[in-house]
Amino acid sequence: MSIWEYANPVRFMRLTGKVLPWITALAIGCLAVGLIWGFFFTPEAENFGSTVKIIYIHVPAATLAINAWGVMFVASLIWLIRRHHVSALVAKATAPVGMTLTLIALITGAIWGEPMWGTYWEWDPRLTSFMVLFIFYLGYMALWEAIDEPDKAADLTSVLAMVGTVFAVISRYAVNFWNQGLHQGASLSLDKEEHVSDVYYQPLLLTMAGFFFLFMALVFLRTRTEIRARRIKALQLQEAN
Amino acid sequence: MNATFAVLTRELRLALRSGGGAGLGLAFFLIVVMLIPFGVGPVPHLLAQIAPGTLWIAALLACLLSLDRLFQADFEDGTLDILTLSPMPLEGLVAIKAFAHWLTTGLPLVIAAPILGITLNLPDSAYWWLVTSLAVGTPALSFLGAIGAALTVGIRRGGLLLSLLVLPLYIPTLIFGARCVAAASEGMDVIPAFQLLAGVTLLTLALTPIAAAAALRMHMR
Amino acid sequence: MTLNVSNLACYRTGRLIFSDQSFTVEPGEAVMLRGPNGSGKSTLLRALAGMLPFEGDVVLNGISLADDHDGVQEQIAYAGHLDAIKPQLTVGENLTFWARLFEGGSIREAVEQFSLAEIWDRPAHACSAGQKRRLGLARLVVSGRALWLLDEPTVSLDVETTARFAEIIKAHCAGGGMALIATHIDLGLDAPREITLDPNVMRKTMPPSDPFLSGAWE
Repeated sequence: MSIWEYANPVRFMRLTGKVLPWITALAIGCLAVGLIWGFFFTPEAENFGSTVKIIYIHVPAATLAINAWGVMFVASLIWLIRRHHVSALVAKATAPVGMTLTLIALITGAIWGEPMWGTYWEWDPRLTSFMVLFIFYLGYMALWEAIDEPDKAADLTSVLAMVGTVFAVISRYAVNFWNQGLHQGASLSLDKEEHVSDVYYQPLLLTMAGFFFLFMALVFLRTRTEIRARRIKALQLQEAN
Repeated sequence: MNATFAVLTRELRLALRSGGGAGLGLAFFLIVVMLIPFGVGPVPHLLAQIAPGTLWIAALLACLLSLDRLFQADFEDGTLDILTLSPMPLEGLVAIKAFAHWLTTGLPLVIAAPILGITLNLPDSAYWWLVTSLAVGTPALSFLGAIGAALTVGIRRGGLLLSLLVLPLYIPTLIFGARCVAAASEGMDVIPAFQLLAGVTLLTLALTPIAAAAALRMHMR
Repeated sequence: MTLNVSNLACYRTGRLIFSDQSFTVEPGEAVMLRGPNGSGKSTLLRALAGMLPFEGDVVLNGISLADDHDGVQEQIAYAGHLDAIKPQLTVGENLTFWARLFEGGSIREAVEQFSLAEIWDRPAHACSAGQKRRLGLARLVVSGRALWLLDEPTVSLDVETTARFAEIIKAHCAGGGMALIATHIDLGLDAPREITLDPNVMRKTMPPSDPFLSGAWE
């Protein structure tokens, strides 16, 4: 049995229906333990006080925000090549989740940035690329909404996902170039994973896992909704015939 | 070759004969640049500092202005149907149409930009690079716009959506293009930014006809 | 050159438009496509022109549309509801453009047959609906293609022009060409073969294999 069997809507529904409660439970478990551990049972950092604890939301959200686009890219590619309907719907279902995660990363970044750098917003390459990513998500979702025929919408949004990926990656490096060009060497790094000590690291791993399962659960849930919506549409058409 | 030339002359004729055509984009460019001093104040050194970015952003918006008609008119009057039956591949057609769009919108901006540079107090050292960077960068704007125009063809109120889809794609070109001019006006090394700008344009020229033609085919089935 | 269509079916947004259409068009033959409104005549013509997805086999001159899309399209001229005319250009500019793009037939012949000489320099936006239609149909002649797919070609043509258009179709067929014409009127061709699309018969056939309908749902 190959993995493509799950491209069949019925098989996909059956499988995800079984695993969804477990993934949800895992997400809740990991997040509850990780966040409580992270917020209440880790020491306060010398310089920044308790504000550093926002990494338990900020870092996982930011990581997944980028990977969600990756999921969309792969799912769109599979749709273009193999024309599996579930794949197109996975891409569609991922976009709002990815967009929300991007927004969470941006907002938590701003909240964290204020005590750390004394400003809510800094045109740092990372922050800026996240804003760009947010706009890419918006455009992608807007295109889905604008086209009535589902297969055509899947086709065109897939093309956008391909082109968008190329230019999102170029933008990421262009933004680096731009900022170095403006303020010589004065770039602010948010790359915490390499610097955080073990005390913070272990709960972070847990919340990362929690966000991952939450992401998976949300994508499955949304894909299931999209599949049901498509089935309703198909049934209505059958009735009309 | 004959067919290529036929499409190109037709596109140019259509652009020049439809309500202002090329002039409209140019007028828009002028207005946007003129509004900047009203917004930031008539301070020469401040204007000189923001001139590269202002000219590039104005060029980018002016380019966006006429994009939504690139395929829409042909789609509405049935021309696109007939063009798919023609011996010319759709990719070639997209490339010629985007090139014609550049000739009628991008090229006038390249020529007009130095004059507007004077009004913004752009330093003398930057003029050569202003023209060069716009000449190399604006084709990418027209070609990327073709993707957006192809994706949104036949969509009601597609114009707004087109802007939302296309503007993020313009970011690398804007960054490298404006950086080129800014570096020249500050007396810094222009070549890295210019090479990256040219690289983005070349990638765009290679990529967009395929993507836009694919989108058009999807729309028509 | 022959057009062979077997078991052609078309779906639009999951709805079956028609199915089980099998027919051939022989060289030198003009075939009429009949059927009430909404029976799928336009869809069938567009599918044959390679502009819509279809199921079944379409073979023109030994080339299958599914295998070699461009190879089939290069032998087809299509005239739909829209005339594909640019109002900003003159009649002459419109026609010359198509002639140079298709590099097939002769402009002079097209001008004569559709009497475009007197309106040659007129901007297309100043033309009447009938004149625009004549210009649109003249494109068939300059394209030099063998198979003409015509969707209500005589709309807004007067009686005289319609009769002349029938003569043009006859001349095209006499030269080995083919035509498939969807129309409600009697064009005045000599007892042409007719294909009739019956919406009531076709709707009874099975719906498409929609992946969202098949399988056991709980």
